[in-house]
Amino acid sequence: MADIVVKTEDVVKEYRMGSNVLRALDGINIEIERGEYISLMGPSGSGKSTLFNMIGALDTPTEGKVYIDGQNMSQLSQRQIAAFRCHRVGYIFQSYNLLHVRSAHGNVTLPMIFAGIPEKRRNEKAEELLDMVGLGDRMYHLPDELSGGQRQRVAIARALANDPSIVLADEPTANLDTVIGREIIDLIKSLNEEQGVTIISATHDLKMLDVSDRIVDIRDGLVERVRNREEIEIEVGEVGGH
Amino acid sequence: MQQRTPIEEQIDLPFMESLRISFQSLKIRFGRSVITTAGITLGIAFLVSVWTSNEIGIALQESGRQSTINTFEETTEAGISTKDIWLIVMSLIVCVVGIANSMLMAVTERFREIGTMKCLGALDGFVVRLFLLESGFQGFSGALIGALIGTLGAVLLGLKDYGLDLFFYFPLLPAQPEDGPMQLGVIVVILLGCFLGMVLAVIGSSFPAWRAAKLPPAEAMRTEV
Ligand SMILES: Nc1ncnc2c1ncn2[C@@H]1O[C@H](COP(=O)(O)OP(=O)(O)O)[C@@H](O)[C@H]1O
Ligand SMILES: [Mg+2]
Repeated sequence: MADIVVKTEDVVKEYRMGSNVLRALDGINIEIERGEYISLMGPSGSGKSTLFNMIGALDTPTEGKVYIDGQNMSQLSQRQIAAFRCHRVGYIFQSYNLLHVRSAHGNVTLPMIFAGIPEKRRNEKAEELLDMVGLGDRMYHLPDELSGGQRQRVAIARALANDPSIVLADEPTANLDTVIGREIIDLIKSLNEEQGVTIISATHDLKMLDVSDRIVDIRDGLVERVRNREEIEIEVGEVGGH
Repeated sequence: MQQRTPIEEQIDLPFMESLRISFQSLKIRFGRSVITTAGITLGIAFLVSVWTSNEIGIALQESGRQSTINTFEETTEAGISTKDIWLIVMSLIVCVVGIANSMLMAVTERFREIGTMKCLGALDGFVVRLFLLESGFQGFSGALIGALIGTLGAVLLGLKDYGLDLFFYFPLLPAQPEDGPMQLGVIVVILLGCFLGMVLAVIGSSFPAWRAAKLPPAEAMRTEV
């Protein structure tokens, strides 16, 4: 039996704006296996970020259920949700979302402070992680003093601080140029391959195609189709053949 | 789907850790903190100067001296002119609105930061505590400076009106003359000013911070200022 880490059941999300109701997700059913690299693909406005927020417990669905590690997320207490965000998931955003009052190192230590890790240990861990993402020489710079690619590396190091089993990335390369974007994708892929982290990434970056195990195409709040590795390889081949 | 290890409960941060984070945050956005604090200082300086001037006026009236400038004023039975009451009420309003606005702006531009901290595992209570500490410190220091500036201003004005007699009859301590109104005294006015500034700053900051902390992080992070 496959080890399912994320499962959504008829997830609906409606945004109410005055008397208008916008149905951003219209009944999403997906299952994600542990260790997979999944890309949520779809045009802008299709509902990728909304689904990302539901899976990451950053917002609650209007209807339907989200299970993570077999846990129905709607049954968790506030404290459990905070612990879930702290320990189980790492988030990477398009706009980095670093705290601009804390250095790169300070950003990476913060989730470990919330987790109650002793100071010495968390300082060492932050240094290790920043080294790993290639920022060993920029540890004590503020985010404002770093380039976009460097900021995203800090965000990746921060996402890994408490050894999450899932990393959620919402268009991590959208604000970066092709070369830097490629480096960020390779870095995320290496987490997946070397540490077995489950990666769920919303994107419309075609560079993400060939690193994904499966691609979930989202359109108008619905899963349009799911493509697996073999189908992707054929398509990438076709694209390459042009 | 198999059940895995159940999800644990998030722990509370030690107080010293919160204190450290709040001071670091004040220090790094020093320029911005000073501007917010200046808003508190201004409000309290205005309030305390009006209030102290009033105390000085009453004290010197009690002593039988009259300001050369204020003689034309109508005075109520108690000895406080309606104009003075009006001024005190107005300065109180300016102070409350000014400080609330200054704190609200400072919190609103940090909604994204609040959402981000919650993504990293912050409890709502931690977010509120962080803003309580920051605003309590800003409120106290801003109000103290404001109260001193306000008192200084009132003393200078008093010197102009009453000359050196001011110091002879200076209403430093509370007094209850038999036929006059209760006088708080300048020390109490300063203390009240500090207290009010701190309370206003803390409420003005923690209330919006609490509301932002209650939002789902996705919503808090969407807020663009
Ligand atoms: N907080 C919100 N309030 C109102 N509408 C929203 C909100 N978030 C997203 N939407 C709308 O929901 C739809 C899906 O948005 P989103 O999930 O951000 O798409 P994507 O990430 O694929 O670009 C869009 O039409 C968007 O305008
Ligand atoms: Mg999006």
